Amino acid sequence: MKSRSPFLLSGLAVAVAHLAFAQGAHMTLPRTVEAGSMFSIRSAGSGKATLYIVGPGQVLKRDVQLGEAILFPAGTLYNAGHYLAVLAGGSSTESNSFDVVPATTAANLSFLAKPSRLAVGLHDGITGAVYVFDAYHNLIDVPTPVSFELSTPAGTVQKRVVVTHEGAAWAALDSTAQQGKDRFVARIGDVPSTRIIEQVPGDPCGLKMNARQSGQRVQLVTDPVRDCSGNAVPDGTIVTFTEIYNGTQSTIDEPLKHGIAEVTMQVHAGAKLSVASGVVMGNQIGWNK
Amino acid sequence: MNRGGLLAVLLGAATIALVVIGTIWPATSAAAYAGSQSIMASSSTAEAAVRTLGDKIRAQAWEKAYAGLANKAQFTEPEFVHDLTGYYPSLLTYSALDKFEVRPLHASDNEADVQLTLHWATVVGSSTSTRELHVVKNGNNWEPEWPIVKEPNVPPQIIPVNYLRWDVIYRGPGDDWGSQDVEAPHVRIVDMQPVERADGVVILGELLNEDVVPAYVSVSATLLAKDRSPMATEGSFDKISHLLLPKQVTPFLIKFPNVALSDVGGIRMTPLSALIAASADPVIEIGDEQLHPVPDASLTGQLINQSGQIVNVAHVLGTFYDKSGKVVWVADEYVDQALLPQNPVPFQIHIPEDLAKNVASQRTVVATYSSGGLL
Repeated sequence: MKSRSPFLLSGLAVAVAHLAFAQGAHMTLPRTVEAGSMFSIRSAGSGKATLYIVGPGQVLKRDVQLGEAILFPAGTLYNAGHYLAVLAGGSSTESNSFDVVPATTAANLSFLAKPSRLAVGLHDGITGAVYVFDAYHNLIDVPTPVSFELSTPAGTVQKRVVVTHEGAAWAALDSTAQQGKDRFVARIGDVPSTRIIEQVPGDPCGLKMNARQSGQRVQLVTDPVRDCSGNAVPDGTIVTFTEIYNGTQSTIDEPLKHGIAEVTMQVHAGAKLSVASGVVMGNQIGWNK
Repeated sequence: MNRGGLLAVLLGAATIALVVIGTIWPATSAAAYAGSQSIMASSSTAEAAVRTLGDKIRAQAWEKAYAGLANKAQFTEPEFVHDLTGYYPSLLTYSALDKFEVRPLHASDNEADVQLTLHWATVVGSSTSTRELHVVKNGNNWEPEWPIVKEPNVPPQIIPVNYLRWDVIYRGPGDDWGSQDVEAPHVRIVDMQPVERADGVVILGELLNEDVVPAYVSVSATLLAKDRSPMATEGSFDKISHLLLPKQVTPFLIKFPNVALSDVGGIRMTPLSALIAASADPVIEIGDEQLHPVPDASLTGQLINQSGQIVNVAHVLGTFYDKSGKVVWVADEYVDQALLPQNPVPFQIHIPEDLAKNVASQRTVVATYSSGGLL
């Protein structure tokens, strides 16, 4: 339908040009109409006429009685844009244009929040961008305050209020020091849009293991592994245990389970044991038993 | 008869003649593959007897190969076949013997020792295994004794496995266009070194999964000329461990054949990561790793599967560092037998001899592939 509109407009414009000097029908249009609202067009003259309204994505045709007001109920015109009205009656035709503007009340927010997952303690690590739409998905281009709220499970809230510019507003917030699934809410009035931001622990900090004899082998167990903010590093994170003895080396990549990593290894007396996770080194133990 | 007809008759006659010649005097390899005795199918010497055995293994004539062994009373034919092709699905299950080499080690009038080197063609390239056969003289014939390696039996047991598993739900078609998708894992190249070799430039490095979720990873590199124009782009292919659990590090190696390092003005690295459903199981212990100097520069060790699941194919990747901790080489090896629980399996990764003298330390990772079969 949208693709036909220019052709219809052109055709009607040609008709208007031919009949520009015809007399009889006359109409009075509002300059602007809010999308989806009720409105009316007053006509003057006598007799019957046909009213055409052509706009982006919409074409209306109404048979009207000249001299009466033509009522359009709410929801008739809902796409924001420039519209052309043509009143053709008897020997005369009149045309005029008006604008349908977005409703001032926000009804939908398109909220882009990135990233969905990031490490704790990053300055301006979380960004949110909002596009504001009315109930008919027209972009509201009048400045509108948008509230961005990032709340942690513990109840800490960061809040920013940003006024939209040409329909969009954006903000950057810090990730907090505590891991967890944060709620990132953009809100205009009572219209919210929510995204979940997962704040995850950073690299292990102060990685430490202990060793003790377990039969013929040695049991190596880490202390609970935490990042520098005290968050427990998630299970599944790889911890590498290494034994170096007399030019030989043994390694095990062990995932954390219940917050700790635990292995049993064949360890030689005099061996050096070390622990690491990613690029973080832990303590070393000289095994002399 | 026109010239075309004469040509057709000549071609037909030549074809028939060649078929007759091939049938009466077949080529050695054709005869061997057809199951008949080859020209070398002799047992008049110890070396010839082992060569005959190799021919039969290559032709997968298991029954004939088994029948020719001196010590066949010690094991069954299926055990002999499984010793060669694997007791459980493994790299050798989907392979064929490409060629073999026979090398006499020791000989007397009635017995000899012969080394048989088997070159298997597998889906990941050539895999070589070596067996030393004792050969005994029985009458006028020599018969090899097969050094059977029986797969150790794992005692029936229940091994509880409660490692993590990650599943991924991606955004669906019904989601709003502004909806988030799940974030790709964050990975970082923590080391990268270009090295010039005789056959071109090699990019070595290490990649870290610094996220808290597993990642499918690969790395590609683009060489830039002095004027910053792209020269070539290559990927790491299988010279990387594609599955990285959180905080796990993999080496990678990217080859650029026929490129001189002096022509390279820059390198653009592109790490790729994607979320992948994965399990933290199985855990593989890498034990008794030892660096060996030239002439047989290599890293040896053994893999011990600490889980209850059989690992069908294990891919061992070694990263070799100099004294300053700089990566000097990355090498790999596919282990050609399945890893049974708690059953040590040896591996050997070869290091180029010219680089071996620079190697001061190493780090090994294992990528595993399981078909899901359980004991």
